[in-house]
Amino acid sequence: MTQRMTARFAKLAAENRPAFVTYFMGGDPDFETSVNIMKGLPAAGADVIELGMPFSDPMADGPSIQAAGLRSLEGGQNIPKAFDMVRAFRQDDDETPIVVMGYYNPIYQYGSEKFLQEAKQAGIDGMIIVDLPPEMDEELCIPALSEGLNFIRLATPTTDEKRLPKVLSNTSGFVYYVSINGITGAAAPKPDEVAKSVAHIKAKTDLPICVGFGVRSAEQAASIGKAADGVVVGSAIVSAIADSLDDGKATGKTLTDALAVVSSISEGVRSART
Amino acid sequence: MNAQAPNSFKNGPDEEGQFGIFGGRFVAETLMPNILELDDAYATAKKDPDFQKELDYLNKHYTGRPSPLYFAERLTEYLGGAKVYFKRDELNHTGSHKINNCLGQILLAKRMGKTRLIAETGAGQHGVAAATVAARFGYPCLVYMGAKDVHRQSPNVFRMKLLGAEIESVTAGAGTLKDAMNEALRDWVTNVEDTYYLIGTAAGPHPYPELVRDFQSVIGKEAREQIMEAEGRLPDMLVAAVGGGSNAIGLFHPFLDDENVQIVGVEAGGKGLDGDEHCASLTAGRPGVLHGNRTYLLQDSEGQIEEGASISAGLDYPGIGPEHSWLKDTGRCDYVPIMDDEALEAFQLLCRLEGIIPALEPSHALAEVVKRAPTMGKDQIIVMNLCGRGDKDVHTVGEALGMEL
Repeated sequence: MTQRMTARFAKLAAENRPAFVTYFMGGDPDFETSVNIMKGLPAAGADVIELGMPFSDPMADGPSIQAAGLRSLEGGQNIPKAFDMVRAFRQDDDETPIVVMGYYNPIYQYGSEKFLQEAKQAGIDGMIIVDLPPEMDEELCIPALSEGLNFIRLATPTTDEKRLPKVLSNTSGFVYYVSINGITGAAAPKPDEVAKSVAHIKAKTDLPICVGFGVRSAEQAASIGKAADGVVVGSAIVSAIADSLDDGKATGKTLTDALAVVSSISEGVRSART
Repeated sequence: MNAQAPNSFKNGPDEEGQFGIFGGRFVAETLMPNILELDDAYATAKKDPDFQKELDYLNKHYTGRPSPLYFAERLTEYLGGAKVYFKRDELNHTGSHKINNCLGQILLAKRMGKTRLIAETGAGQHGVAAATVAARFGYPCLVYMGAKDVHRQSPNVFRMKLLGAEIESVTAGAGTLKDAMNEALRDWVTNVEDTYYLIGTAAGPHPYPELVRDFQSVIGKEAREQIMEAEGRLPDMLVAAVGGGSNAIGLFHPFLDDENVQIVGVEAGGKGLDGDEHCASLTAGRPGVLHGNRTYLLQDSEGQIEEGASISAGLDYPGIGPEHSWLKDTGRCDYVPIMDDEALEAFQLLCRLEGIIPALEPSHALAEVVKRAPTMGKDQIIVMNLCGRGDKDVHTVGEALGMEL
């Protein structure tokens, strides 16, 4: 784990509260607005930031994040700009862990080694690459670990007993438990089933377990956060940004609306164990 | 980048599902257990004589295999060079080679206890074949099809509906095969427990490229026997169209180790390779990762996938099956583009010379045959895969030629 990631989860454990992990799409709808949203996230309650990297064919994402990716690409977002965002963020905040999330092909084209070195230098702590299961660890996971970056793996309801050890091997930072079979922003997870799965995974690893996919409200976040070490919210934030736009362009409301959703769900996360 | 030539070209994929660097399993974790389950089910089925027996029976009595190997006498005379034979998979039940793969996969779905089928389709030939086996085996079937393709292949949309399938028109992206495949993958990840994803081409995550190839290899195995019977020797050249590449790999694979057989795959050159309106991923793309496999892709410098364009909906895909990428890099097969207008000309030529209305996909292969045959000797032999019939394309061709229907 990177120092930032270790320190953050230790601090949260000491406070006995789950992490609030916020996903947003980098560069949506434009670079400057997106940097401002990112900079505002910690004050609005985010403990860990997932910075989305757009891909033309996001096969695990629902309509909200697909549309956000297209807006971001339209606005010229790419890997160097994602690194610029992180550098800008790190000027004021060297504690909040940043995890980039996306698909493999843009990284593969950029050059995996170059990507990892520059990510590390920019102040990124880890990555979630949706289409790199453990079977493909040689591609990026193992190089990332040797670079000292976290490679965060997704575990899902289909990850059975036999497969779980494979998923947990080479995983670092935290485990991202995908609470439903499906795409981002789809059906709501059932809290008791999630709690059971989290307990099951916890028995096999010391890593924190963060739960996401389908968590959209403060109430859901509160109930998921009872058992999980972290709650991931993405589509709700991305949708708030989308709703604030005028003809695809940022408006006076974009920043405030995005951060208002974050603040509101943050209260749910913070009340989970009280 | 030339991969080293192996001792045999028929041993792939390796245990990781790769042909050299191509192929693999680049999918979301949710799908991995399903993909491993399919791998197991296929490995078991391959060893089960009853599985092959049932497939052989269906191929013979339901599809009408073996398909004829036809000597195109008037076309040969017209071209004045090599003898041209057609492997007539357009005469199969449902009108194309796609049924070969669908029958194999429905038997796998049945063995795996899956209860629902999904499929993606471009030209609609795979959609029709999938809807056909769904009806024959009593499965509900949902076919994802790009909105643009729904429009230009409307006869096939109607056929699928008659067969009881549901069609989901996909408006994302350019509304073609790539977008349909994205939506099918999203459906699969959501309904992973009960759903079998019937991929139509020799692409996607391992084991799909392998099993689709194996089910389509019936084409090449038959062609081999038939040409031996007709000519007493192997052909000098094989030609087939490549979109995802399933009809081509089906013809090519049984001949890969016959070094005197030259093998040519024909990509959709669309309006020309200078602009971005083509689908020549092998000629003009570079290796990348999409839809579960590493393969040649049309993409921009930052790895965003580009939309292809072709008059043929079945070739309108920015990728290609991974085995073709490997066959290109090893130098075993050549891949060349054919433009829309060349394919249209070949389409008309075949109608008039041989009384066969071909689909636009094999019309691309035919246009390459038209170029090559005259440069070859009269004692030489070309076998071309005539993989689909053209009824579905009459509207598109009519439009392109400015004819009123």
